[in-house]
Amino acid sequence: MTEAGFAQLAILGFVFFMLLNSAAIMVYVERKVSAKIQQRMGPTLVGPAGMLQPLADIIKLVMKENLRPKAADKILFALAPMISAATAFAAFAVVPFGAETTFFGLLDRPVPLGIADVNVAILWVFAVTSMGVYGIVLAGWSSNSKYSMLGALRASAQMISYELSYGMALAAVLVLAGSMSLREIVDTQAGTWLGFIPRWIVFLQPIGFFIFMTAGVAETNRAPFDFPEAEQELVAGYHTEYSSMSFAMFFMAEYINMVTVSAVATNLYLGGWHGPFLPVWLGWIWFMAKLSFLLFFYVWMRWTLPRYRYDQLMAFGWKFLLPLSVINLLLTAAGVLYFGA
Amino acid sequence: MAELNHYLILSGVLFTIGTAGVLLRRNLITVLLSIEVMLNAVNLTFIAFGHFLGSADGQVIVFFVIAVAAAEAAVGLALVISLFRHVETLNPDAFRQLRG
Amino acid sequence: MGLNLILFYAFATLAVVTSLLVVAQSNPVHSVLLLIGSFVALAGLYVLLAAPFVAVIQIIVYAGAIMVLFLFVVMLLNAPQEDAVQAGIMESGATRALGALLALALVAELVWAVSRSGAAALGSAGEGRHSWSVTEIGVMIFQDYAFAFEATSILILVAMVGAVALAGRHLAEKKS
Repeated sequence: MTEAGFAQLAILGFVFFMLLNSAAIMVYVERKVSAKIQQRMGPTLVGPAGMLQPLADIIKLVMKENLRPKAADKILFALAPMISAATAFAAFAVVPFGAETTFFGLLDRPVPLGIADVNVAILWVFAVTSMGVYGIVLAGWSSNSKYSMLGALRASAQMISYELSYGMALAAVLVLAGSMSLREIVDTQAGTWLGFIPRWIVFLQPIGFFIFMTAGVAETNRAPFDFPEAEQELVAGYHTEYSSMSFAMFFMAEYINMVTVSAVATNLYLGGWHGPFLPVWLGWIWFMAKLSFLLFFYVWMRWTLPRYRYDQLMAFGWKFLLPLSVINLLLTAAGVLYFGA
Repeated sequence: MAELNHYLILSGVLFTIGTAGVLLRRNLITVLLSIEVMLNAVNLTFIAFGHFLGSADGQVIVFFVIAVAAAEAAVGLALVISLFRHVETLNPDAFRQLRG
Repeated sequence: MGLNLILFYAFATLAVVTSLLVVAQSNPVHSVLLLIGSFVALAGLYVLLAAPFVAVIQIIVYAGAIMVLFLFVVMLLNAPQEDAVQAGIMESGATRALGALLALALVAELVWAVSRSGAAALGSAGEGRHSWSVTEIGVMIFQDYAFAFEATSILILVAMVGAVALAGRHLAEKKS
């Protein structure tokens, strides 16, 4: 195999490995951050400062019995968590996380850090997110239980409603950057204005960023939009009947979706791997920093804001966020036309 | 290299499967799904010709066909829902009131 | 055999098998899921035909939105399996066998017609066609096909209003 091919494969394995780890890290971060917000300690027993807690959680989940309700549809019941997990991973295939690098001189030719660079990358992310709805819908349907069914219908209705605003916010960035490839969008954000304000799209599109993050939170079924999973309301929503590894897959899929939305937001709005003080080939450090900030923001929102009721949530999505995103798109297009940039 | 003929034959086979479904199945939802299969076959023909003739018209037309299919699916399903409310079945043979 | 041909046969087989199962399955939920499989196979074929934009649009719109709509309706109606209102002639095995036979005859006719047409000449004329970029397709949509674009948007609006009018529960119904 050629050296570049080997490097590509290594990057692929690395990304997959990091995504799996990110789910575990996010479990720990969530518990620690929520503990600090609520003025308590969080996990401290397992490992130094409780850092091996996710490992304990995973061992517990794996050793549980894998149940299946008798009346459940066998194939769909098994397939649903696989679809959720697979689409969560697949969306990351087009997200670049660094500039070209030679890995400190190990390679002859620099290889870009990212799995693939297709020229319809934004659409790919959108497509895979749309497919993720099926994991939830099938989970609810195949469980053959009314709590699961209700939770699944609500979750999927919520996801497809917020996909519209998500797409419009993406379209506004597309108008500004002139390309659908995420790598090219990040490269238009290099450099600074006036020497110190970075050329990030978030400064041109603050409303767009707000819309994107809000829709992203709603897409991943996280608070304050997590009514379909609300323990107090629906037992556990669409994953009521799942246990052990299948539940772990849903759980993992949710966290990886969070990471994907944050990664895409970093690339679209926050300039990806460009930042001061570091050479471009170390830019992945900046990428990780921005990604971590967005993930922290996710967890912060969950434990600060109260939950939206379902009808409030749908009204917010359709009657506020969607018109706002359309207006945002129109203004952006008008601005690009007028200023010619 | 797959030739144009390959794509046309595949599209013909898919279209026939869709037609068979529309004519033979006695479940309204499956009939609608078979219509979608037929539309897919047509889309494939358009794109294949567009590719082999070197013009982007095929892709543009497919874009519109997909949009129209969405509208048709929405209205078709709305009809199915309102039919289901009257007679609790999805079998088209149950709706015989307008038969001459 | 070239990679292109192998991929073509793989996607084509997947598309044909899933479409056959869509038509043959009795459970509507399974039919919907198999149709999604067929869409994915066709998206793969579109990518082989240098149309990545349409392939992704197919996944987003067809497999991601329209099929979700179908799935919702099937689940909300709790669509029963194909129950016979009265097991008429259409459900009998003989009719189905005859239908399959006629379908095969139609396929044979189509294959014969295609092989007689001049389409094969187009197929070998020139390789290495370039992939149309989204910009070029967009320019075509908004310039050559502008009227179709506007008409389609009105069509979608009409379909939306129509679907709500047909399927929505009207207030008068609630009172009764």
